[in-house]
Amino acid sequence: MNIIVCIKQVPGTSEVEVDQETGVLKREGIDSKMNPYDLYAIETAIKMKEEKGAKISVVSMGPPQAAEIIREAYMMGVDEGALISDRVFGGADVLATSYTISQGVQKFGQYDLIICGKQTTDGDTAQVGPELAEFLGIPHITNVKKIVAVKEHSIIVDMDMPHAVQTVEVNYPCLITVEKDINQPRLPSFKRKLATKNQTIPMYSFKDFSDQNENNYGINGSPTRVIRIFSPEANNDREMWKDTPDVLVDRLTNKLKELKYV
Amino acid sequence: MAKIVIDQDKITEPETILELCPFGALEWDNQYLSINAACKMCKLCVKKGPAGVFTFIEDEVVTVDKSQWQGIVVYVDHMEGNIHPVTLELIGKAKELAAKVSYPVYCLFMGHNITGKAQELLQYGIDEVFVYDDEELKDFRIEPYAAVFEEFINKVKPSIVLVGGTTVGRSLAPRMAARFRTGLTADCTVLDVDENTDLAQIRPAFGGNIMAHIVTPNTRPQFATVRYKVFSLAEKTSPTGKVTFCTIPKEKLVSQIRVLQVKPKEKVKSIEDAEVIVVAGGGIKSAKDMEMLQVLADKLGGMVATTRPLIEAGFADPRLQIGLSGRTVKPKLIITCGVSGAVQFVAGMDSSDNIIAINTDENAPIFNVAHYGIVGDLYKIVPDLIERLAQGNE
Repeated sequence: MNIIVCIKQVPGTSEVEVDQETGVLKREGIDSKMNPYDLYAIETAIKMKEEKGAKISVVSMGPPQAAEIIREAYMMGVDEGALISDRVFGGADVLATSYTISQGVQKFGQYDLIICGKQTTDGDTAQVGPELAEFLGIPHITNVKKIVAVKEHSIIVDMDMPHAVQTVEVNYPCLITVEKDINQPRLPSFKRKLATKNQTIPMYSFKDFSDQNENNYGINGSPTRVIRIFSPEANNDREMWKDTPDVLVDRLTNKLKELKYV
Repeated sequence: MAKIVIDQDKITEPETILELCPFGALEWDNQYLSINAACKMCKLCVKKGPAGVFTFIEDEVVTVDKSQWQGIVVYVDHMEGNIHPVTLELIGKAKELAAKVSYPVYCLFMGHNITGKAQELLQYGIDEVFVYDDEELKDFRIEPYAAVFEEFINKVKPSIVLVGGTTVGRSLAPRMAARFRTGLTADCTVLDVDENTDLAQIRPAFGGNIMAHIVTPNTRPQFATVRYKVFSLAEKTSPTGKVTFCTIPKEKLVSQIRVLQVKPKEKVKSIEDAEVIVVAGGGIKSAKDMEMLQVLADKLGGMVATTRPLIEAGFADPRLQIGLSGRTVKPKLIITCGVSGAVQFVAGMDSSDNIIAINTDENAPIFNVAHYGIVGDLYKIVPDLIERLAQGNE
């Protein structure tokens, strides 16, 4: 069984601000990490490998430094990986990103299952998984909270819906996105770190892909445009109370009375 | 082909230039400035950089004939005919937008044995409800649902498609956007429409304290998802629209997915339905301190919810998380305790009727959205408040 896991490098912090005077984004300490939701995707794949035997590949798209998270995936027990990186892919929105990854996935040859995290912590859109499945022409199941059974030609999973759990069987090849409570991801192992120290991370760029039309990638392949970024507006009719705790509690109690909660 | 080109001869201070890019996409190597794959095409280097160094070049783009795409459609989210209230919220917004550009408002309703429910939608002033009723559509499976959606879009050619940010909506909308090679903006918090029928979509972006205004200028339809409790419910009016029954060839409804079981969940009261919410933020030092907030919530007849870091620390059930990666809430009263107010969190609660924030840092962004900002230590204020409320009840 061949499994591909899609992972992304995200900023280590969500504290990004707009400089009020210049309108420029301020990013202090650009430390990065693997999208935490992707750890569950990797763990899901490794568990399947341990139980049924599988080859696990990870693929990521991003700047060259995103290779770090592929190395981390190696340390967790992933067999191979590749980074999709090219300036041509810059400024990609969800559509162009999904399309680019779909081109990259095809470099891995035949696959049975693609696993993605539920969403990323930087974009929070949860869209790339389903769009990738569409470009690959395979079915997808989102919000998977449990792998019920891994069979030879299909997989049975529980999909978490707001008021119900839907148990479905889906034929390979297919794509699933997994919830964070599906498992407890293992930590990268030191043994694996040593063992994979010299393992290479291939890099795919635009010239490696079968679709050589630049207009399908990056900003050109992106139907959406960000036309303005701004800080959230402050609420104008707000009141600030600064006082001793006693007075604050008095005022708060009175306010709750006024709002009829007491 | 749009791109940013660099005039190497005009570079005088490479160090300052490198700092222009918040994404670290500029590289200075061997006296040569280049842009790497981290570029997000935000064009800040063009706007803020020294004159002439960066130039943005965009070719004529092929634009769709927008007059061929008319109307706003709301996808009807439901389970066995029980319509999810986010649908009614989207209908309310759709009508508001449609009035500005003289568009009709449609509903797309697919499932099995849902015919009776379609009539009910007309009372919200829908011009036309398109119903696809087929036993293959009984349970949600991506391929048949996507096939119906595609059939509908090709037939009606709507300009704007609004989908609720539910599990089904977040699975279906991206699939459709990719099929039509068009834009989808997830979890919009504000929607408006320009005179040229472009949908103005506003949402938090770049994972930080920033809002982005996003448009889909050259393609149609324009897809947007919006979460439950972001907009207000549509008001009822006297029905004037009609229900149209549509069919789709069976062979288009084939699927690789078999639904083996649908097991209803135990009814737990969700924070979305609470009228009063007390929120625990990063100022909460340990899991046991959650009890104190629970006592306060009980006194006010409400529920306790939390921010993402507390969920990650294991302090509470993930279903209690407010924010972009959790739930969106719109209670009558929300009291945040030790919450700093990251935009991801604020986007999930800022339309609440009354927001009271308690935080020690008077510069915390939560105070920008709070109606009543209390600068103080929650460990002093909350216990005292509980005591006062207890006295009041005696």
